Amino acid sequence: MPEHTFRVNGEQMTVDVAPDVRLLWVLRDILGITGPKYGCGINVCKACTSHLNGQAFNPCSVPVGDVGPEDEITTIEGLPATVGRELHPMQEAWLDHDVAQCGYCQPGQIMAAVALVRRVRSEGRAVTDADLDTLRNICRCGTYPRIRKAVAEAEAHM
Amino acid sequence: MHDAIGRRRFLGYVLAAPTLVTAAELGRTPTASAGQHSPAPAQLPSPEITEIVDLNDMMTVAAAPTANLISVEVGPDGSVSFALPRAEVGQGITTSTAMLIAEELGVPLERVRVTLADARPELVFNQLTGGSNTTFSTYTPVRVAAAVARTRLLDAAAADFGVPATRLTLDGGTVSGPGRRGVDIGKLAAKASSVRAENVAVELRKRESFKVIGTPRSRIDALEAVTGKKKFAVDLDVPNALPTMVCRAPTVNGVVGSVANLGEVRGMPGITDVARISTGVAVRGETFGQCIDAVRALRVSWRPGTAEGKSDDDVREELRAAELPLVRKPPLTDTVDETFTFHFRSNSALEPNCAIADVRADRAEIWSSLKSPIVAKQTVAARLGLPQRAVTVHVTEGGGSFGRKLFFDGALEAAEASQRFGKPVRLMWHRADDSRQGRTHPMATSRVRISYKGDTVLRYDQRHTSVSTDLGHGLGEIITATAAQLPVGDIGFAETFFQLSQTMSYDFGFNSRLLTETDKGFNTGSMRNVYSPDVTCARELMVDELATRMDRDPYELRRAFLRDDRSRRALEKVARAGDWGRQMPDGLAQGIAFHAEYKAVSACLVELDCRRETVERPIRNAVAGPRVTKVVFAVDVGLAVNPRGLEAQMMGCINDGIALALTSSLHLRDGSFLEASWDNYFYTRQWNTPPELQIIVLPDSSDEPGGAGELGVAASVSAVACAYRRATGTMPTSFPINHDTLSFEPKPTVPPVPQSPTDGRDHAW
Ligand code: FES
Ligand code: FES
Repeated sequence: MPEHTFRVNGEQMTVDVAPDVRLLWVLRDILGITGPKYGCGINVCKACTSHLNGQAFNPCSVPVGDVGPEDEITTIEGLPATVGRELHPMQEAWLDHDVAQCGYCQPGQIMAAVALVRRVRSEGRAVTDADLDTLRNICRCGTYPRIRKAVAEAEAHM
Repeated sequence: MHDAIGRRRFLGYVLAAPTLVTAAELGRTPTASAGQHSPAPAQLPSPEITEIVDLNDMMTVAAAPTANLISVEVGPDGSVSFALPRAEVGQGITTSTAMLIAEELGVPLERVRVTLADARPELVFNQLTGGSNTTFSTYTPVRVAAAVARTRLLDAAAADFGVPATRLTLDGGTVSGPGRRGVDIGKLAAKASSVRAENVAVELRKRESFKVIGTPRSRIDALEAVTGKKKFAVDLDVPNALPTMVCRAPTVNGVVGSVANLGEVRGMPGITDVARISTGVAVRGETFGQCIDAVRALRVSWRPGTAEGKSDDDVREELRAAELPLVRKPPLTDTVDETFTFHFRSNSALEPNCAIADVRADRAEIWSSLKSPIVAKQTVAARLGLPQRAVTVHVTEGGGSFGRKLFFDGALEAAEASQRFGKPVRLMWHRADDSRQGRTHPMATSRVRISYKGDTVLRYDQRHTSVSTDLGHGLGEIITATAAQLPVGDIGFAETFFQLSQTMSYDFGFNSRLLTETDKGFNTGSMRNVYSPDVTCARELMVDELATRMDRDPYELRRAFLRDDRSRRALEKVARAGDWGRQMPDGLAQGIAFHAEYKAVSACLVELDCRRETVERPIRNAVAGPRVTKVVFAVDVGLAVNPRGLEAQMMGCINDGIALALTSSLHLRDGSFLEASWDNYFYTRQWNTPPELQIIVLPDSSDEPGGAGELGVAASVSAVACAYRRATGTMPTSFPINHDTLSFEPKPTVPPVPQSPTDGRDHAW
């Protein structure tokens, strides 16, 4: 079987699996990285949201054959290291607002929120209500209002 | 439990162990009021039965004769552990339980570790998480066990220090006395232990001295949740438990006829096993991705299911046929009458049905988030042909429940697949399965007639007719076992549940409410707040209608008819904080509603924008719909153990209520539900959630906590519905209001699950 090499959370990984297997399963079932969650498998619920070279992406919809040695994948487990801290400011804001209920959606929520703040900032502006409305991550526990507050707080500390 | 020995003294135990282990009996004697009232006449309960005994009481009464011990352990490192015989699914009971222990024992909250107990059959009725009953039924026993630990630790220190225990204090995990350096409880744990079980009488801390209970605390698992370390069932590392999925029928509960290509699918990349099981064809493989491929490749001929050929309209027709007649119009009075329809809704959590099972010839081990683990254990044992004691059931942290985890569909299936394959399995339902073949909240109609004359309401009658709700998860057994002790006469348990969970909060003269059920062909289960969102929504809309007819303000009319001050306080609070009656542009309106249950009261005020430009705002693959722009919610649960957690529960309930009123339902077409994705089933998303939200936890009105996990849904859905009526000038009679427009392209039913896209890189952002 073909080998695939890429980086996850700062470490080079090589896996031996068919190229069409989606990254979510490579992360979870082969590498045992379980922070990214399954909620739909069709790029809808966003529970698996992670970063690919610093951008938000959904590993349930990327075949492992599509990534190479130059690609850096960051899951929730590797987020703090991207800022050289024990926790990313977004995670700290999540704790301050006690956002999580069951917590199942929250790794994806946090990864999407970090990407949102970065994108809005690259456009030279601050996060608005309309920006928050574009977050597609489902939270079936309905934590949305606390998410909105936490993003606003983290934005000030990022 | 606990024969109270005089006021505020309770009996607990110290158990024989090398370190300090204390215990108390779970369950308690019926509240005094339950015993004092004489039973209502047979057949039907008196309308206000919930004032005598409600569902919480019943679940607690059921626990009494079979009660057993729950225990608190103090380790040599000073940590405190407790195994909670309940399921944590996001509602925050591990945190509130840790708070009770921290309070009573005198240790910092961070030192208390609360885990979830395995199925303990000896607890019989007392390991069911439902009816928002956890805090209500564990509030005293957990504190008694912790208080015994405090007493023993103080006694041990007293012996050590040579001073009476009364001169010592235990605070922050340290025992100190006059002129003594503090000693950590870890150092005292062995000394405080016992070589035999003994009774210990304790007093509980007085409410005035609470330092933890009643203060806002964050969840004890918050750090794990935000770092991705929190483990759900399928995240657990169980050796050789490989991904497993099931190929399911295109119609509800359809069964396998024959499979044309079992051998071929067995040879697919990564696949290790394929076999028929009772719910379909199970496949096991290296990755879930390869399981999806295998499920899609299977060529199965299916036999009919239990709802063959039926569509929404057919079920609506069955309900109509089953509806009981309403009372006749009283002479010389006016009435308001209406019939409301509530469509099928999904109670899927974000974590789909899932379980790990390792079944061997002589034993089995199961890991799953289960709210009724004892019934799960019994059913799994029976299905596998194993004695109950050979089956171990571990309760894992759950990724949401909303009623779903009262059932154990995933665990039962995993056990069967593991037995078939002779190998451990990590079984997960695809989202499409979870939505289409998973449990649904039953379709129902609610008919209301309010009879009035001038300013007086003479009677209120409500007839609720519903597709049968499956209560076969243990609650049914509780009701059957206790019904004889309750003043409800000889009625079935669905009707008992209905009567015990519904209350009439308004002084509307004589009132009656009845439930009729029909059609057992669907996989149903109660959804968060069970009957109340539908029943209360119908009632509150009719209260608004009555206000219109009487030419009175909806808030003012409610305030005038509410039966007690506690209820009025909640309503007044939201009216004031939400500026009830303020002028709003055309197409926008406020709505207000009230709901009482679980020994708690709640009121909700919303502002809703129904202007066309808002309703039709473009959002990809979504229903935008009317926007709730603001919610003010007031809640009084008696005693709020953790106000921050309570606020979180209300927030969830509000978002559920918005979805139920406006966007979320399942469409039944030709024996299948069409929804197969979160972009088909329109649960509230960020673009639907209120940008402005205020949740007010009212001052405690009791010494005991009521239920909270489900409480807020009914008032929320009702307030949104009432706002819709006022904003549009038309009475909505079918929910959710967008049900008649199918807002997505249904996915095929064969193969039953969609393939994952491959263009994810193009959508990175
Ligand atoms: S699992 Fe990847 S978006 Fe839902
Ligand atoms: S916290 Fe449970 S799904 Fe979001």
